[in-house]
Amino acid sequence: MPVLLQVENLRTQFYTSAGTVRAVDGISYTVNEGETVGIVGESGCGKSVGALSILRLIPDPPGKIASGSIRFQGRDILAMSDEELRNLRGAQISMVFQEPMTSLNPVLTIGLQLCETMELHLKLTPEQARSRATELLGMVGISEPERRLQQYPHHLSGGMRQRVMIALALSCNPKLIIADEPTTALDVTIQAQILELMKDLTKRLGVALIIITHNLGVVARYADRVYVMYAGKIIEGGSASDIYHRPLHPYTLGLLRSVPRMDRPRGNRLIPIDGQPPDLTREIEGCAYRPRCSFAVARCEHEVPPLDSVGGGHTSACFEKARLQGLLKEAS
Amino acid sequence: MSAVAGATLQPGASRATQAGQPLLEVRNLKMHFTMTRGILSRGAAAKIKAVDDVSFTIARGETLGLVGESGCGKTTTGRCILHLEKPTAGEIIFEGQNLTNLGRKALNEKRERMQVIFQDPYSSLNPRMKVGAIIGEPMKVHGIYRNQKEREKRVAELLSVCGLNPKFMDRYPHEMSGGQRQRVGIARALSLNPHFIVCDEAVSALDVSIQAQVINLLENLREQFNLSYLFIAHDLSVVHHLCHRVAVMYLGRLVELADSDELFSNPLHPYTQALLEAVPIPDPDVEKQRAHRVMKGEIPSPINPPSGCVFHPRCPLAVGSCQQEVPGLRELKPGHWVACPRV
Repeated sequence: MPVLLQVENLRTQFYTSAGTVRAVDGISYTVNEGETVGIVGESGCGKSVGALSILRLIPDPPGKIASGSIRFQGRDILAMSDEELRNLRGAQISMVFQEPMTSLNPVLTIGLQLCETMELHLKLTPEQARSRATELLGMVGISEPERRLQQYPHHLSGGMRQRVMIALALSCNPKLIIADEPTTALDVTIQAQILELMKDLTKRLGVALIIITHNLGVVARYADRVYVMYAGKIIEGGSASDIYHRPLHPYTLGLLRSVPRMDRPRGNRLIPIDGQPPDLTREIEGCAYRPRCSFAVARCEHEVPPLDSVGGGHTSACFEKARLQGLLKEAS
Repeated sequence: MSAVAGATLQPGASRATQAGQPLLEVRNLKMHFTMTRGILSRGAAAKIKAVDDVSFTIARGETLGLVGESGCGKTTTGRCILHLEKPTAGEIIFEGQNLTNLGRKALNEKRERMQVIFQDPYSSLNPRMKVGAIIGEPMKVHGIYRNQKEREKRVAELLSVCGLNPKFMDRYPHEMSGGQRQRVGIARALSLNPHFIVCDEAVSALDVSIQAQVINLLENLREQFNLSYLFIAHDLSVVHHLCHRVAVMYLGRLVELADSDELFSNPLHPYTQALLEAVPIPDPDVEKQRAHRVMKGEIPSPINPPSGCVFHPRCPLAVGSCQQEVPGLRELKPGHWVACPRV
């Protein structure tokens, strides 16, 4: 599949009174046309800032994209003029945010918010926009779409609002949707409804999807490929099956061992990762995961391990990946 | 045998009698809130049945999980047990005494033995108090260790039991991470040597790697002090891991109760089945083989709940009679209780 989005060596920093926060510290990844890519990591690992950077939605000041390039269909987003950017946002790349209450305008009707986008980007007449809005709401599973168009966001439940957000994201036939924790605020049965809907629609319409989440289960269920982030860096990438069954970074392994699994009988203790993630306002020497890592060796203290390929699209940023691989093979 | 007489109403009684007297028994608990129309009009506009006829027991050293989606009444149940909320009806029998009849003084004495750990480690600790004062306050209130030196010694002990360095005593909550703060909340709950702790979404706000640390801490403490937990949570994987038995709530009612492994491998109520199917498992190969059926509809408003079985509008098994009859819990297998006549 052709490459749709190529992020290279992206660095996004925040200049605060407490110091420079290296929220995203040199990440590189690709998203192919029509595929679903999962980006996982814990709070503060830079996964959301990385996503907002793609659309240049980082508040400046205090934030700034310090270096790197983001190529979408070959064009560098970081070099675009404001007008080019406006034509891109919401049209070719759209976003679904975590909190559907704060991302919809509370004083405008659902219909107005949907139609405005389409009139602007697709140059539709108000009548055309209205009929397409009705069609979109039906597509995302909202009953009585005609009536819903006249309603305000507070009339709808959280799940319904997130459906509206998805309709909005799809309204201008984007090539890429970035979903930042799209179901974190929702109950588990509603989460399943929304994720199944997103999967069906993106597959059917051939839209690529970046799904950003801390939930390893969601990624396992929906993503074709996965990137794992820690302290502003991608530390491992690969197919979902590689990441979950043949992890080649101690952090990924640690995460997988930390989550309880309900499909296995009870009785075993979890194996948590000791310690805490580092403070990103301080300069980190060597591998950021070293203080929590049971595989660390002397060189981890001073050298930053590069994200090396181990073949088959599987990458890992760990000096000791061969030892880890050997141990896991032995264990299985 | 008197405890078994009302067996259909007290699921879990059989197990509890095996282990002797249950530590806690909740009988036909009801908590109905009255909604007023607005500040200017008097009189009730609607009644919300937040908890409706819920019964269960918890044995000494046992963890009972209480799961369900937002608004199902799981937190209210926990608050009623602690008497933070005065129940509309029902009995709460803790260590052989009915809390609903106790006077204030006697209730306060019982409260020493029951504590709570809250979800949000940010808002449940007073930002102006040092950690030492936060953990020491319950002891002060209940008049244990009146001597400050002794109290400090006890605080230091509690901190190290919870995996924190005793020097954290002189810190403020804002100087600590979420995981550390949750440990402070746990140390505070332990300060009066409780027998029973309500853990209300106690690990939900934590990141995966920190969550595992706190889960292990809760398990260790349970073993060390023979604690009983009511573990209220929406994360089913965590509940399965941590709980001996699990109760599932839907719109204020208990729909299923069973041993943890039994409930997760053999769910009988259609709601429990849908709930478990919705939880993604962190394994792409397992996920590929699972049916991703999606339950239709959303949870109805508790102000105007459906008649009969509250789950019938979303239920794949529903028949006409489900709209009229409220199903009671039946014991289909030893210790496995289900509120559905169709399974």
